[in-house]
Amino acid sequence: MSTEHKITTQQVNFKVFRFNADEDYLPYYEDYSMEVTSEEVVLDILNRIKWDHDGSFSYRRSCRHGICGACAIKVNGRSTLACKESMNDMVDLFGSELTIEPLSIKRVVKDMIIDKGDFWEKHEAVQPYLVADIDENPETENLVSPEDADALDDADLCIQCGACHYACPAVAINEEFFGPAAFAAAYRFSADVRDNSEERLKTVNEMGQGVWDCVKCFECAEVCPKEINPIGKITKLHQMAFQEGIAENNVAVRHAVGFKKSIEKRGVLDEGGLVLYSEGPSIVKHIPVALRMFTKGKIAMPWAIPTSDNMDEIKKLVESSSTAKF
Amino acid sequence: MKKLKYALFTGCTAKQSTPEQMMSTMAVAEKLGIELIELTEASCCGASHLQDYDDFLSLVLNARNIAYAEKHGLTMVTICNTCQLNTAMTKHRLDNNAELKAKVNEKLAEVGLEYKGTSDVTHFLYAIIDDIGLDKIKEMVVTPLSQFNIAPFYGCHNIRPSELQNETHKSPESAYRPTSLDDLIIACGGKNVDYEEKNKCCGFHVELQAPHTAAVLTGNAIAGAMDGNADWMVTPCPLCHLKLDTQTAHASEAIGREVELPVLHMQQMVGLALGCSPAELGLNHHLAKVNFV
Repeated sequence: MSTEHKITTQQVNFKVFRFNADEDYLPYYEDYSMEVTSEEVVLDILNRIKWDHDGSFSYRRSCRHGICGACAIKVNGRSTLACKESMNDMVDLFGSELTIEPLSIKRVVKDMIIDKGDFWEKHEAVQPYLVADIDENPETENLVSPEDADALDDADLCIQCGACHYACPAVAINEEFFGPAAFAAAYRFSADVRDNSEERLKTVNEMGQGVWDCVKCFECAEVCPKEINPIGKITKLHQMAFQEGIAENNVAVRHAVGFKKSIEKRGVLDEGGLVLYSEGPSIVKHIPVALRMFTKGKIAMPWAIPTSDNMDEIKKLVESSSTAKF
Repeated sequence: MKKLKYALFTGCTAKQSTPEQMMSTMAVAEKLGIELIELTEASCCGASHLQDYDDFLSLVLNARNIAYAEKHGLTMVTICNTCQLNTAMTKHRLDNNAELKAKVNEKLAEVGLEYKGTSDVTHFLYAIIDDIGLDKIKEMVVTPLSQFNIAPFYGCHNIRPSELQNETHKSPESAYRPTSLDDLIIACGGKNVDYEEKNKCCGFHVELQAPHTAAVLTGNAIAGAMDGNADWMVTPCPLCHLKLDTQTAHASEAIGREVELPVLHMQQMVGLALGCSPAELGLNHHLAKVNFV
């Protein structure tokens, strides 16, 4: 059976970020208008800008098959792997006015090329390799069962393109924060049954740089061209920290544990009680805002905090279904 | 038209730090002829933090909440983006993993409950858009919000991950160009403000552990709306509301610019357009003064 495939074209206006660190004081945008075909991907447009309009236009590309991760850029603010993203999809999503920019404007070297030094430093910091004592003359093969391989949850498909890293709002604000790609790599090896690292989880468990500072916005899952779902790995690293007994008694950890305590007691959350449990004496810093909230009726008094109906069920389930300890 | 009826999962915030959200939900439901059966047995969804500590426990508790909606034979409607995400994610995982569903049901059986997977889970914003319809809302408007520039703030957990949201809502929308809230503003007669931060994170979930990150995100969001010439912001998420309404001092300090705008709940905006009184909608509960009514 043959299926007819009709190629269509449409006019698209591109606003393209330009900057040469050797020559330009400030970046600027160049406009290009092109007939784009339904067969093209974003990388084809970058090629046409260079080949047909301006030979000095610079960008990274290599495999053209979604494997090397070199060509990630932003289209209308969305991180995109240029060789994988179809122009049709981009026009469907954003219309015919498209802005093409590097993954990070503040790290730009020339046009689409950025200095990914921070990305690689953070990647390196999480021990992105197997840490294992290897018997050089093993008697048997070192087998990994299909179930154990499944536990990696596709984390090893990451191509280090940086799309998630430079889309992450926490990375943009907090320079220490490792970011979703590094966490996906950390998970990849921490979840490997052959790995013996005692350091990796401790490293990603640190405040500031580690998993506790993830803002839970799901941008990383949304932009990942390999559908790795980095935030899913971040959640699993949180859980591993508890399972391995390395979760420290700090505000972030108590914040997670406090939910269970509150649910066990009331079913619903005691919001004030949760903040008190999480912050301890540091809660005093919230007093000015709390007072303003109180005057507006935005704080429930301890005696007015609701309790779920059928608390006996909730208590029983919390007792029988809990799998984590702190 | 058959009266719409949902099982209401209020979440925790609507009963404590955003009482006006509960008030306005009930007022708008009455105007729209929606019957809400409150799930008073429901527990907290874990708010994406319990999940970091104890994934299985959070699955069991969320499955229990949905099981109560199933007992009523109703679609569950949430009024918090994070409740929506955690509940929809639980439903997705259980409906697509028979083994996990059986494990969870083994626990629920201890209290005489069963998760079947028969009830849908949707946010009140999407219930209005999908089941009432924007045309109907437009017809029902008695006080058009035509003099206002209104900045929509979507909140992450209603629009991402889009794969989950698209299977949950009848009217899928893009995580990068969401339209539901913009369309609702227009249906209410207002002018929607387009600004870069409208689909970005407010920082709520790291308020305690990463206060600077949280404050910058809040500040950027309000500043974006202000630069778009917004008179006020509107959000379907009470957690975003709390961050944008109560943390303006920290946000201003973090970004080096005074930022503050009234931040209304989606229900309050619809209620105003449908002719509810400011008192019914709890507009006196905001820290950023709502001075236009």
